[in-house]
Parts: sequence; C-alpha cells; structure tokens
Amino acid sequence: MAYLLSLPALLLFAGVVVIPLAMTVILTFHDWGQYKGIEPVFILKNWREVFGDPYYGEMFGRTFRIALIVTVLAALFGAPEAYILNRMKSPWRGIFLLVVLGPLLISVVARTLGWALLFGGNSGLVNKVLLSLGVISGAIPFMFTETGMVVALVHVLMPYMVLSVWAALQRLDPQIENAAVALGAGPLTVLRRIVLPQAMPGILSGGVIVFALAASAFATPAIIGGRRLKVASTLVYDEFLNTLNWPLGAVVAVLLLAALAMIVIGANRLVERRYAQVFG
Amino acid sequence: MSKNGPIALAYHALFVIFMLAPIVVVCWVAFTPEGFLSFPIQHWSLRWFKALAFYPEFVAAFWRSLWLGALSSALAVTVSVPAALAIARYRFRGREAMTALFMSPLMIPNIVLGIAFLRFFTEIGLSGTFIGLVLSHIVIVLPFALRLTLASAIGLDRAIEHAAVSLGASEWTVLKRVTLPLIVPGLASGWALAFINSFDEVTMTVFVAAPGTETLPVRMFLYIQDNIDPLVTSVSACVIAVAVAALVALDRAYGLERLLVGRGSHGR
Repeated sequence: MAYLLSLPALLLFAGVVVIPLAMTVILTFHDWGQYKGIEPVFILKNWREVFGDPYYGEMFGRTFRIALIVTVLAALFGAPEAYILNRMKSPWRGIFLLVVLGPLLISVVARTLGWALLFGGNSGLVNKVLLSLGVISGAIPFMFTETGMVVALVHVLMPYMVLSVWAALQRLDPQIENAAVALGAGPLTVLRRIVLPQAMPGILSGGVIVFALAASAFATPAIIGGRRLKVASTLVYDEFLNTLNWPLGAVVAVLLLAALAMIVIGANRLVERRYAQVFG
Repeated sequence: MSKNGPIALAYHALFVIFMLAPIVVVCWVAFTPEGFLSFPIQHWSLRWFKALAFYPEFVAAFWRSLWLGALSSALAVTVSVPAALAIARYRFRGREAMTALFMSPLMIPNIVLGIAFLRFFTEIGLSGTFIGLVLSHIVIVLPFALRLTLASAIGLDRAIEHAAVSLGASEWTVLKRVTLPLIVPGLASGWALAFINSFDEVTMTVFVAAPGTETLPVRMFLYIQDNIDPLVTSVSACVIAVAVAALVALDRAYGLERLLVGRGSHGR
C-alpha cells in the first residue's frame, strides 16, 4: 500500500532525477571536439584536464574561499540580529522578521541587480558612503571582484542564517536568562554562557545551508563577477552554453556536487554528534 | 526578559538598512525619466514602466512564469499527497531512503540539476519545451510541497478517520470527506511555498528554457548579462511589488514564520 501511494512520486524522481544525474556522470567520460561534438566513448580526458590544469584548482579554490567567507560573515552578523529580533516585542518582532526574511521571496536576480546599482563602478553609492564616513581612504572596486561577490552573497543568503538561529532561539527558555541574572551574572556572561551555547546548533546548521548555497550560487556571481571572474557554477554555465564542451562542464559540476555532499554530510554529522542532547 | 539596549537597536537599524538598501535602490532607479542609469534620480517619471508595454518578451515571460509556477506547484502537491500519507502512516522498507530521495533536490545544487535536465531533455527531445520546464520545476519544488503536506499529514488526528470508518464510510469516502479537507491548509501553504520557489528559480531554468520558453527571472538574467539599463530596473520593481504583495498575503493568511520555519511558532 505504501509503495503504491508513493509510486507517482517515485516514478517521477526515477525518470527525471536519477536517470538525468546518471547520464551526467556518464557524460563526464565522453569525448568532445570543436567540430565532432560529443563522442560517446569511455575516456578519462576530461577528468585529467580538470585535475591537471591549475586553472581549475584556482577556480575551485576561489569558489570555496568565497563560500567560507560568506558563511563566517553571515554567522557573525546574522546571529546577533536573530537574538535582537527574538527579544523584540510584538508587533515590532513580526514586522522586522518580515523585513529580514522577506527578501527570500524576491528573485535573486532583482536583489543582485540592486547591488550592481549600489556598487556601480568606483563612484558607486557604497563607495561614496564609505568614503564620507571615513571608513575607507580610497574607493574599493566592488564590481567584477570577489569583494563584491561576497557582499552580495551575504545579503542574498542572510535570511537563511537568521531563520536558522531564530529557530534555535525559540527553544531558549527566557527564565534561564533571568535565573542567570538573578544569580549575579553580567550581561556578557549571560550571552557567552547561556545564549551562545543554545544558539550554536542554529548557527552551525545555518552555516551549513549558507555554505552549500554560496558554493553553488550562480546568478549573483555571474552578474557581479562578469565574464572573467569565474566560480564553479558560472564556469559550468560557460562550458554548457557558450563553449559547448559539455563533458568538461559535467566534470566540474559532478566535482562540485561531490565536494559539497561530503562537506555537508560531514558537517551535519559533526553538529549532530556534538549537540545530540540538544536535538534529542 | 530584558529589552534591547541602544547599541543593539543601532545595530538592528544598520542591519535593516543593509537588507533593504538594494531592494529600495532598484525600485527608486526604476522611476528615472532619463535614458540611462542615474542615482540618485532628480525627477520622478513612469517612463520605463510604460516602456515595458513595448517589450513583449518581458510580458510574455511574466505570464509564462506565473503559469509555470501555478501548474508545477499544483502537480507537485498532487504527487506529494499520496507520498506524504505513505510516509506518515506506514513503516516500510526504504522509507527513509525514499524520503531522502524526495528531499534530494534541496541538497543537489540547482546548477547540477540544470545540466542534468539539459542533457536528459536534449536526448528525449524535450529541450526548450514548456513540458520540460514543468517537469523540471515539479522536481525542484516538490521538497517544499512535500514538507508542508507531510507536516499536516503527521498532525492529523487519526481518531476522526476511525470514527468515520466505524460509522460505515468507505475508504474512498474517508479520504474525500475527512482526510483531504483536514490537510487542505497544509496543501495550500505547500503550494504557495512551491509557487514562490518556482517563480524565482533561475539557475536551473536557464539551462532548460530556450528563446520562446524563457521565464521572467531567466529573461531578466540574460538581459542584465548584456547591459543594465532602467528598463530592467522597472521589470525588477514589478517583480518586487508582486513579491511584497505575496509576502503580506501569506503572512496574514498563514504566518510567514510558520511557513518558513515549518512548524508552529511558540508564542510568548
């Protein structure tokens, strides 16, 4: 009975997920030439090229470096905001939760366009504001740089971090904070010893989500990075839709998938083992 | 519980500015009367909103996105209902693996799904067709539909169904008259979440769509790749307006927090 009920979904996923993914893995072993197109043979040429050419190592390094920086910044700025939101009274709490999480519902293309407008070359608004505040002494190039990609990605992925930490803080019993204060703990001690340990599972699981999404982000790096500064997903796009070297693009995509799967599963294991009692 | 101090509130203000700045700027620039991008704008004008009427590809892409989102979300919910009932009620071999499979589109980067669909659809002749778009969108929004359908199927009080059976209702009647009406709120919110994700999807769709079947985000993305001008800001402003309207409606109807966190909120 259970199998019968799940049959439509199973058939759909077997046909439209499992088979295409298997075909993609097989594709990585096919040959490709400018004039002959894709040849269905079994060779390791594409894998050798990706592992042999330092260009790809550099590109993957950039992809994961950006993802890591974005994750750290999102945690650093998102976690305090979730805590502040959690301490607000209604109706402010609901309103600002809407403001912070709402951008999730707006197309990534529209949000990235906003950053492209704000960066706008060296005379962009962000630079003008930072210069006038004396934060920086000279204009920082944001467009077509990693810095710009990081800022835009932090903005795009921030709601996931706030959401995750917020969910963890919901389990926090305010009475524990009050008890700590009553026992003579200062505000910093309460934050460090009471709030942070309880928010940590949320920060870590939010971090895993943000990292995975940042490493595989496409539209934002494509718009901010332009045609030259490539990350894994924009390189895959180029190979598939411009160069038309599908087998090579498939290798990069499969490597990205494998690396992310390992990192996400490993991180989840770590989080669950460490916080088994909190999740239990 | 103590209140937020002035430093916390100042931080909060900066955070909100950061979150809203790019969105506000897009809407603001869209009202420029000039033929080029300028910020801040000197005068207000609807020139670029009116200009949209002369770019039918954007209008067509908007309607296509709307239909695609509505159709693929409805189909995803339809497929989810029996699967959710199976997962919620039966303990069977492969249950965990099956759930993981249905949730896998959340784990697999959309760029990987995109190339996989491109390769697959090219082989079977669906590349660039609307059917291809619908199939691929059902897959990527199914986890959202299934999660909320599953939540309401698990929360269902079986005693009501047992009461119906003991009163002589057939299995089909129970499903139609008791089970489905009880999980309809979950289905509706699952559909809404699925719709939003379909409507905004660009990374995977860019591989599946072709000229003539482009969705709005894909059309916008390709346009921005070539040049950024006030026209695309006015399109974006319209998209943002739709999203804000949906946001407010969803929040009123269901509670955004509940929808996104996926469980009941704990009131204080």
